[in-house]
Amino acid sequence: MLFLKNLTISVEGKTIIKNLNFEFEKGKTYAIMGPNGSGKSTLAYSIMGHPAYKLSDKSSMKLNGQEISQMDPNERAQEGLFLSFQSPLALSGVKVYQLLQLAMNGKKDPLQIRKEAQKYAKELGISEELLNRPLNVGASGGERKKMEVLQAAVLEKDLLVFDEVDTGVDVDALKDISHFLTKHKKNKTYIAITHYNRILHYLKPDFVLVMKDGKIVKVGKADLAKTIESEGYEYIKK
Amino acid sequence: MTKQKDDIKIDYKYGFSMPEKSFYKAKKGLREDVVRMISKIKKEPEWMLAFRLRAYKIFLEKKMPKFGPSLAKIDFDNIYYYLKPTENQANAWEDLPKEIKDTYDKIGVPEAEKKFLAGVSAQYESEVVYESVNKELSKLGVIFCDMDTALRDHENLVKEYFGTLIPAHDNKFAALNSAVWSGGSFVYVPKGVKVKLPLQAYFRINAERFGQFERTLIIAEEGSEVHYVEGCTAPIYTTESLHAAVVEIFVKKGAQVRYTTVQNWSKNIFNLVTKRTHCEENGFMEWIDCNIGSGITMKYPSVYLYGEGARGEVLSIAYAGNDQIQDAGAKMMHFAPNTSSRIVSKSISKEGGRTSYRGLVQVAPGATNSSVFVSCDALILDEDSRSDTYPAMRIKENEVEVQHEATVEKLGDEKLFYLMSRGLSQADAESALVLGFMEPVTKEIPLEYSIELNRLIRLEMEGSVG
Repeated sequence: MLFLKNLTISVEGKTIIKNLNFEFEKGKTYAIMGPNGSGKSTLAYSIMGHPAYKLSDKSSMKLNGQEISQMDPNERAQEGLFLSFQSPLALSGVKVYQLLQLAMNGKKDPLQIRKEAQKYAKELGISEELLNRPLNVGASGGERKKMEVLQAAVLEKDLLVFDEVDTGVDVDALKDISHFLTKHKKNKTYIAITHYNRILHYLKPDFVLVMKDGKIVKVGKADLAKTIESEGYEYIKK
Repeated sequence: MTKQKDDIKIDYKYGFSMPEKSFYKAKKGLREDVVRMISKIKKEPEWMLAFRLRAYKIFLEKKMPKFGPSLAKIDFDNIYYYLKPTENQANAWEDLPKEIKDTYDKIGVPEAEKKFLAGVSAQYESEVVYESVNKELSKLGVIFCDMDTALRDHENLVKEYFGTLIPAHDNKFAALNSAVWSGGSFVYVPKGVKVKLPLQAYFRINAERFGQFERTLIIAEEGSEVHYVEGCTAPIYTTESLHAAVVEIFVKKGAQVRYTTVQNWSKNIFNLVTKRTHCEENGFMEWIDCNIGSGITMKYPSVYLYGEGARGEVLSIAYAGNDQIQDAGAKMMHFAPNTSSRIVSKSISKEGGRTSYRGLVQVAPGATNSSVFVSCDALILDEDSRSDTYPAMRIKENEVEVQHEATVEKLGDEKLFYLMSRGLSQADAESALVLGFMEPVTKEIPLEYSIELNRLIRLEMEGSVG
């Protein structure tokens, strides 16, 4: 589904990702782990097309066979990509309904959008009041992450990258988010970047990828995450 | 460096002009005989002529403002000071000349009227030519007409208030307006009458090198309520044009007046307006002031809080694009105890545009237990643009609560990326952020105007991409 080839990425002249190669398959769930600074978030932002991250000429990203590395973020979104941000920003004066309506660009009826958003909000334990506020203004960390997940569901994206969706989230919120993602999984592909094992108890990844120094250094099954949790990243060296 | 851009290419929605078909046009330039002639044509009473002539002398003596943007390009000798488009005022839409009807059709006056307007007083060139006042309003004793009619039919009322709040010597442009004023609206709301629907007036300049000097007077008697809305659109011309209006408002005990402006003059217009309110005990005055157009605007709506418990508010939006300077702000003068004022200013600058917030809040000794709130936020869209803040506070009383907030924000790349990652185009993302920034003010203005305003901003954002 998403095929990364010879991926070399630099930001402000510093190379972060070095010649990374990997293929994410449709319908699977991936966990990406790794120490701070290993390039996990860089990978996430680059997949979505953040302009600050520069790809080398040889780098290639193919989504369903189509090269997306030259596309603007909105074009990538149209192709089915979604990035759940590590620290979702507050947008004063922009309500989530407006945002979703603009994002759907007429492909879904505004009333339908509203209905779905309300339904998903209920499932996620997001209050009606929060839904009517400008996006994330005055919202807690957990609420912000829930709003990200809600947007992904309404927009019906099929490749979802979660950049630390479990960070700054309490146990109850984490459960809400995980159950929601599991319930709406269907044929979607999930890539969850995380520092912790706890979310993986719920999400049950098919594969665990370990990143270090801008490379994927190990690929394993769910038990790899457990090993890392007990032994630390030092274990990879062995 | 400012980007060079041919303004004519920008989609200026109201950038059309009709052939001039005026019955009377004064010579260019301002002389005493022009002032006399204006008064004579209007068959004004002696006192108004005297008022005009005094003002004319003051205009000659007054210096240009010492603050704000340069007004050196105004050539007072190259302006028509009076233009009368038709012989008489038309009472019905059918009676209007075709060109004028076409112009209004493009702005949408009758359509707007059909919807929910209480009354429309539309100004074409310097004379009000079309006006229909809702019959219900007349029954309540509400007077809503153009200023010339008011002077004819309600002379004593006009004489009592006219020029008493903004005297000719207030500033050079108030003096100019006082000398050559023509048109504008007159609103009188009797005691206890609450006008539910907004009174609207459309203003329009349609002659090159033609200055428009309308004069508006609103009197809200004790316990009354009224909302007045003015919207301005003008065609594009290549030479400078001047708009120098004066608006005086009297808010009596417990009365409430809201005055909403959506100003969208074309970029060759100097928009220099003096607006002031006299607010008595427990009265409430709100200025909602949206400045999108004009080349240079200087406008600082003010409220003089004379009565105990009086409240004043100014909510403003200023948008400055290429070759535009919006020097806008507010003035709040507290002269009585328990008075409160609130200023919320939002400015946006783009493509070399400049916005300034210029404000003055004064609390006189004895205005105890008063409260002052000032918040000015600036949004700067690119490196070429600029925003400045000049807040002045003169607090001469100790028992006062004062709050002042100011923020300067750049349209962040991270916010743009966030919205684009959801599938919004860059133009959609930018306008969503700009509209979101303006929202605290736009939610206060009538729906049709806020829709219009949002559309204008969107058009501006689309022009900026690529």
